[in-house]
Amino acid sequence: MAYTAQEILEGLAEIVAEETGLPTDAVVTEKSFTDDLDIDSLSMMTIVTHAEDKFGVRIPDDEVKNLATVGDAVSFIEGAQAA
Amino acid sequence: MTAAPASRDVVVTGLGATTPLGGDAPSTWAAALAGESGARTFENDWAEKYGLPVTFAATIKVRPDEVLTRPETKRMDPSTQYAMVAAREAWQDAGAPEVDGERLGAVVSSGIGGIWTTLDGWDLLQERGARRMLPMTVPMLMPNSPAAYVSLELGAKAGAHALVSACASGAEAIGYGVDMIRNGRADVVVCGGTEATIHPMPIAAFAASRTLSLRNDDPQGASRPYDVDRDGFVIGEGAAVLVLESAEHAAARGARVYAKIGGVGLSADAYHITSPDPEGTGQVSAMRRALEDAGVTSRDVVHVNAHATSTKVGDLTETASIRTLMGGEADHVRLSATKSMTGHLLGGAGALETLFTVKALADRLAPPTINVANPDPELQVPLVRDTPEKLPDGDLVAINNSFGFGGHNVALVVTSA
Repeated sequence: MAYTAQEILEGLAEIVAEETGLPTDAVVTEKSFTDDLDIDSLSMMTIVTHAEDKFGVRIPDDEVKNLATVGDAVSFIEGAQAA
Repeated sequence: MTAAPASRDVVVTGLGATTPLGGDAPSTWAAALAGESGARTFENDWAEKYGLPVTFAATIKVRPDEVLTRPETKRMDPSTQYAMVAAREAWQDAGAPEVDGERLGAVVSSGIGGIWTTLDGWDLLQERGARRMLPMTVPMLMPNSPAAYVSLELGAKAGAHALVSACASGAEAIGYGVDMIRNGRADVVVCGGTEATIHPMPIAAFAASRTLSLRNDDPQGASRPYDVDRDGFVIGEGAAVLVLESAEHAAARGARVYAKIGGVGLSADAYHITSPDPEGTGQVSAMRRALEDAGVTSRDVVHVNAHATSTKVGDLTETASIRTLMGGEADHVRLSATKSMTGHLLGGAGALETLFTVKALADRLAPPTINVANPDPELQVPLVRDTPEKLPDGDLVAINNSFGFGGHNVALVVTSA
């Protein structure tokens, strides 16, 4: 069963909060991982690893650079699980 | 005794620790003076699951996840977590000195490194494959991680170092910190040692080398240096960190000074990979060099914090070495074997025992050695047993000895402030 965009956002927010210590409500769609949430490349790869695990999708390394915002990640995961 | 030139004086202005006896330096020292043991029976299934012959250890009293943030505990190996807890305390205890980052160093050692991360990573690889490996694995497992994180935390840019010499690592880190100040590379150095190896694999490995106590029915009585019935060491975990400072820098900011690190003595046995040279030649050399470096003689020494891990051979080799070095003057020494209470913190041991030596001089109290029901008749130096002993008035000199697998010998001479 596929996750909804809202469920993906909530799940992603939990992963980001666990990795960064930010509150989950700081993780909203328009936020940039690097500029707003101050997430470095190693932390981003950690988040990707956990997100792949949680949502049962594959996020290729080449795609990660395109995931600028939380919304980009939610959209990618939503699309990837449909694929 | 003759004082070293003022420009070379290195003083201790901050102390921090997290150990089997307490979550900070004051509670650890208070528990040591009270003669408490930090050894506890495991609350896990390791004995049944892996057939471990040892079912206890001196586990840390306050888990770091009670002190650090969740992201910190997720991205640091436990060995780094302990170091961070101790370093933050030491830094605050020193009054968070204002110092140019280019003049601030970090030297934090571990004997083994991030072994939890290494082994967890291997488990994860076997269970889930390479795709699930966490990106932070390498910076977590590398043995310089504690030094690197302390450097990051404090902005220490004069250098971040992690000297490794097994169970002498923590003392060697302090010795290197002294060198950094003496040779002008830094004015302040945060230095110490840490270890987090209470994991079934290293315990099985130490047990295989027949060095661990098997006194499973009496964990608190298991670490008994110099008792005739000692049967090996008790593995411990934790960290201790000292803030070292040039005497001028400390004086300029009106810092409280606990004691001086007067001398550093290093040697290697070049005898056997694990056994100490029974002649004690290397141990004697290390102590002699440390005393010479401090500009004092063995006659000045009132207290020795022994390496004394509670093994049959090691304990007696050390006291024989002290007797060889000091001759009749050894009768005036008050010898303390604090591993009887803390267990053996491996890479953390030399730092914790230097902290104890500093506190012993500052408070003029030699900490006790517990569990000595029947002193070994071959013990050659007066031992402080059961309760602390008052040290004399006036200028005091003490030695902390640390020896490591590989034949590493480190002696640090501590003198009263």
